[in-house]
Amino acid sequence: MITGRAPQARCHLLPHLEDGKFQLVSDTTQDGALATSKPPSEDAGLAPAELARKYGLSVSGARPTLVEYVRQLWDRRHFIMAFSRAKLMAQYSEARLGQIWQVATPLLNALVYYLIFGLIMNAGRGMEKGVYIPFLVTGIFVFTFTQSSLMAGVRAIPGNLGLVRALHFPRASLPISFSMQQLQQLLYSMIVVVVVTVGFGNYPRLSWLLVIPTLALQFVFNTGLALVFGRMGSKTPDLAQLMPFITRTWMYASGVMFSISGALEDRHVPAWVTDVLQWNPAAIYMDLVRFALIDDYGRENLPPHVWAFAVGWAVVIGLGGFVYFWKAEERYGRG
Amino acid sequence: MAEINRGNVPTVIADDVHIVYRVNTGSSGKGSATAALSKIMRRGKGDAPGVRRVHAVRGVSFTAYRGEAIGVIGSNGSGKSTLLRAIAGLLPCESGKVYTDGQPSLLGVNAALMNDLTGERNVVLGGLAMGMSREQIRERYEDIVDFSGINDKGDFISLPMRTYSSGMAARLRFSIAAAKDHDVLMIDEALATGDRKFQVRSEERIRELRKHAGTVFLVSHNNKSIRDTCSRVLWLEKGELLMDGPTEEVVSAYEKATSA
Repeated sequence: MITGRAPQARCHLLPHLEDGKFQLVSDTTQDGALATSKPPSEDAGLAPAELARKYGLSVSGARPTLVEYVRQLWDRRHFIMAFSRAKLMAQYSEARLGQIWQVATPLLNALVYYLIFGLIMNAGRGMEKGVYIPFLVTGIFVFTFTQSSLMAGVRAIPGNLGLVRALHFPRASLPISFSMQQLQQLLYSMIVVVVVTVGFGNYPRLSWLLVIPTLALQFVFNTGLALVFGRMGSKTPDLAQLMPFITRTWMYASGVMFSISGALEDRHVPAWVTDVLQWNPAAIYMDLVRFALIDDYGRENLPPHVWAFAVGWAVVIGLGGFVYFWKAEERYGRG
Repeated sequence: MAEINRGNVPTVIADDVHIVYRVNTGSSGKGSATAALSKIMRRGKGDAPGVRRVHAVRGVSFTAYRGEAIGVIGSNGSGKSTLLRAIAGLLPCESGKVYTDGQPSLLGVNAALMNDLTGERNVVLGGLAMGMSREQIRERYEDIVDFSGINDKGDFISLPMRTYSSGMAARLRFSIAAAKDHDVLMIDEALATGDRKFQVRSEERIRELRKHAGTVFLVSHNNKSIRDTCSRVLWLEKGELLMDGPTEEVVSAYEKATSA
């Protein structure tokens, strides 16, 4: 029906080919060659690529250079901030109590963990209550910070396909914005941490300031992680189903509700095993925050070279994740 | 013709564009669990079973010039929206290239804003996502809200978007996207939504955008709005470019073909 009409239409169009404006691509040519007529203007005979170069047109959707990409991201910094804040606000927009849940949710979480690990299982063996409860609460929130950044990273692209397919912006904005959202969530949680810590007799002192560089480093590490899993999650959305099991294993191996060195003390394992377990990034950041906040959680609980590892993890995963994500920039949102 | 030919500077060049979707069909018939496993194992080595290829656009070439408003017509599933996404650089081409002047923006009726946020916040967020600065958004905020007509029936702009009717939401999206001067603006069925009053207003706005030296693409099934706004029409069928010419000629050929 349609193919029968096309040749007729083509004849109809021919006069307009003179002015260089219209060209007809016909699907009726048997040899598969394109039935295009070149306009006799000054641009006549230019191949599309040459024409594009002449007028300074660029390939649509090409991946920018790394420097250019960083510049584009910087230009969208307001978008990244606004998006993370919007996501945070939207979380509780249907609840009656609204934003109170930002603090109430972590508080309830802490209570549940205290009930199970503090009272029923007595996981704090050997630790006084005044140390164990702040220890537990700090561990939970600092680990959750990393865990939820990772999970948000996995869903960053598949969960926002509408946005990715409709608007043009550097895709790294999404994972970065999500870990920014988790950072703001953590700051709400820190209110609970401070209340609990002070409630158990640890009063503010100079070492509390160490929390700031620690969380800053953890944020860089988390963002890198979100970027790595953002790329993996965009290719294999199934990861979202798998990740909860991996993060839970990670949580139990990182000593969130028990002290790693304490748990391994009477098992006669070589000292380096303890060190390796304690060098895992989640454990490093948790221990540093605990060291900063809790009076009786001293230097002896930290593995050797703890700050070197804290910086190292942040730099390696942060930069590596960024480059890894950028390498697939032009492929996000496909299919 | 003189109006269309103004300057004769190309803004979009499509050179033999092919687009292929790969769809995870989940299972490939028998033994779906094992098939799924082998699919995961074989990733990266060609197309695994369970992945269907959909060749949506087949070898489309054209050149669009500054100041043109180009309609894209064709039956459902002929590849119109896909072609626009490729021009916007949102979908990678399987082969062939699209060259553009500046960054084309796609305005679709299903472009995502956040339903849980108020219209107010969505205006800001949408503007920032398009790359506008905070000052620019503040400057144009009133215009955007007025143009959308959201507040015609009371103070709706401070309510979450999920409370809007689908027409209201589409109007707000169009207003946000049209607030910026785009080098190349692509509109996907936007004029089909909204009431008659809004349709007239958006047609005016499209004409205005054209005057600002941009190129506008319009995908629509409404031949009247194509006739009213476009000077040139591309007719796609089964992913191939069937006709490319002045609006009246292509649309009447299309109408003849579809009514036959």
